[in-house]
Amino acid sequence: MRNKFIQTLTQLAAKHDDIFLVCGDLGYSVLEPFSEQFPDRFLNAGVAEQNMTQVAAGLAREGYNVFTYSIGNFPTLRCMEQIRYDVCYHQSNVKVVAVGGGYAYGPQGVSHHTTEDLAMLRVLPHMTMCIPADAAEAEGAARFMATHKGPGYIRLNKAGEPAVHAQLDTMAPGQFIQVRDGAGTALVGTGAILHAAIRELDAAGKAWAVYSAPFVGSYGADVLKPLAERYERIVTIEEHQLNGGFGASVAEVFSDMFDAGTLKAMPRLKRIAIPNAFTPNGDGRNDIFRPTINHTILAYHFVLYNRYGERIFETFDYGTGWDGTYKGKLQQSGSYVYRIRFTSITGWQSDNNGSVLLIR
Amino acid sequence: MDSVAFAQQIRLKALTLCHTFRTSHIGGAFSIADVVAVLYSGVLSVAPDRVNDPTRDRLFYSKGHACTALYAALDIKGFFEKGALDQNFTKDGTYFTSHINHKLPGIELSTGSLGHALGVACGSALAAKRRKDDYKVFAILSDGELDEGSNWEAILFAAHHRLDNLVMIVDFNKIQSFGSVAEVIALEPLADKMRAFNWDVREIDGHDHDAVTSTLRDARAKPQGKPICVIAHTVKGKGVDFMENKLAWHYKSPVGEDFEAARRILGGSDA
Ligand SMILES: Cc1ncc(C[n+]2csc(CCOP(=O)(O)OP(=O)(O)O)c2C)c(N)n1
Ligand SMILES: [Mg+2]
Repeated sequence: MRNKFIQTLTQLAAKHDDIFLVCGDLGYSVLEPFSEQFPDRFLNAGVAEQNMTQVAAGLAREGYNVFTYSIGNFPTLRCMEQIRYDVCYHQSNVKVVAVGGGYAYGPQGVSHHTTEDLAMLRVLPHMTMCIPADAAEAEGAARFMATHKGPGYIRLNKAGEPAVHAQLDTMAPGQFIQVRDGAGTALVGTGAILHAAIRELDAAGKAWAVYSAPFVGSYGADVLKPLAERYERIVTIEEHQLNGGFGASVAEVFSDMFDAGTLKAMPRLKRIAIPNAFTPNGDGRNDIFRPTINHTILAYHFVLYNRYGERIFETFDYGTGWDGTYKGKLQQSGSYVYRIRFTSITGWQSDNNGSVLLIR
Repeated sequence: MDSVAFAQQIRLKALTLCHTFRTSHIGGAFSIADVVAVLYSGVLSVAPDRVNDPTRDRLFYSKGHACTALYAALDIKGFFEKGALDQNFTKDGTYFTSHINHKLPGIELSTGSLGHALGVACGSALAAKRRKDDYKVFAILSDGELDEGSNWEAILFAAHHRLDNLVMIVDFNKIQSFGSVAEVIALEPLADKMRAFNWDVREIDGHDHDAVTSTLRDARAKPQGKPICVIAHTVKGKGVDFMENKLAWHYKSPVGEDFEAARRILGGSDA
């Protein structure tokens, strides 16, 4: 979808002479069609994403519709304040393009896992966000953003995603695109993970309705009301943290609609996303909570408290993690607070606390 | 009115605003007042009736906290509705926020988070280069703000793209928010650094109107293939002796005897 997006943008740039593409020293074998055809509207800003975004805001205020391009967290979280202030507050014509959404670059490590961007960007005023599920939606995203006035965010996956849509005519904010009909449960997904979810449904023989939601964060009652009324249950799926992502955005609107009386009942909504939690249920996945420390440990202390302030776990051994029990009993689901102190053999000292969610 | 008298008026208005509305940052407003006065005395090609004219010069004022100097200058030059600033500074429901706001006429960019405007100025200057437009781009930065990495990204960028239509003025008043520049994060040798980054550097006394005028006029007139950095050596709190070089006047609002004394020093009429 990355190539489809750039191809489409390149075609559109011939027609729209305000389209400008700025990259943060990335795009080898992807951006060349654009840079070769429109050298005067292309720029490599270097490995400097804050400045890339600032320059984009400067170009935009002089009349260009500027697309910034880099991987995942770099054109987004790295320059969050530039997006908030220079772009959104000034309603600049800047579109942030991130490739490698979610775990598209999974093996490359946490630096390349784009798993908080939707939560962070969707709270920004004037921001229109698009997360294509396949190449057809990526093309639609490019077409939309080429003429859209104001800030935008396009979160792309990478290459070779299977098609979700046999054919796609138009795409606009506020819409969910029906992928297949079904009954009982409706699955609504955003991004390339939608195709994987459809495969799972097929494998399990489930005849759920499926919708794609490329535009996250801008849906009206006309979309969500029929959905809530037609299905017994709605399941959202996204490649993003559970907190604050796509599913959360749907839950918020449902809640507002229920409060306003637009919905007679709160729909049953299940959000599938990346849990910020561990699940000590013995299924071999996330059963033990323990930190990973990239130092050779000399001294170590890990304590964990429940919400009544009781110390329910303590260890001085880096290898030992908490299995979710206290006095032999599996503890309740909920938030637990921990403190971890260690000294490494090189003398590095650390004292950290935080909280962890236990899900039974 | 010559630029010296204009600068004095800017200071007096800034003082009154900081006093009446109990705001901070008068020290940084006073240090840059002379430069601002010179810019609006025929250096910048701008006017109240052409704030959206594409051919106007762009001034990006990065040290948005020192808003009173720029607001006062624009007010005196007739950019704002008469009396609006004096009445509405920092008032809810207006755009006279105490970090400058682009929704006011004559202000190109809202700032207040340090380290943003130079990069945006680079984008504006690059657009002019690409389209062969003639306007010039000025950016006013504080010295403390040069701690921000984003500025150094922009400094590299401007030199690489030979943005000789860009003039960066550094208000080198040697004091930042919680200490002197030398104590917090030393910048010296700043001129050497900027030269090494491939900028055309001019060092001047930022309170000497002849020097400021000739340097800025020259910088505006002659593109030489490099972005221009004007290091203006200034005094924080300049113009009111007991405010000069005092960290406290980054924060304090002039009240009581201080206010009266400052007003007398700046030649204001008695209350
Ligand atoms: C990004 C950012 N960090 C911190 C601040 C808070 N702050 C306001 S002014 C200032 C520094 C003041 O010193 P300087 O930059 O030298 O300005 P001047 O002396 O010209 O007033 C700081 C840290 C800010 N406005 N923006
Ligand atoms: Mg300073």
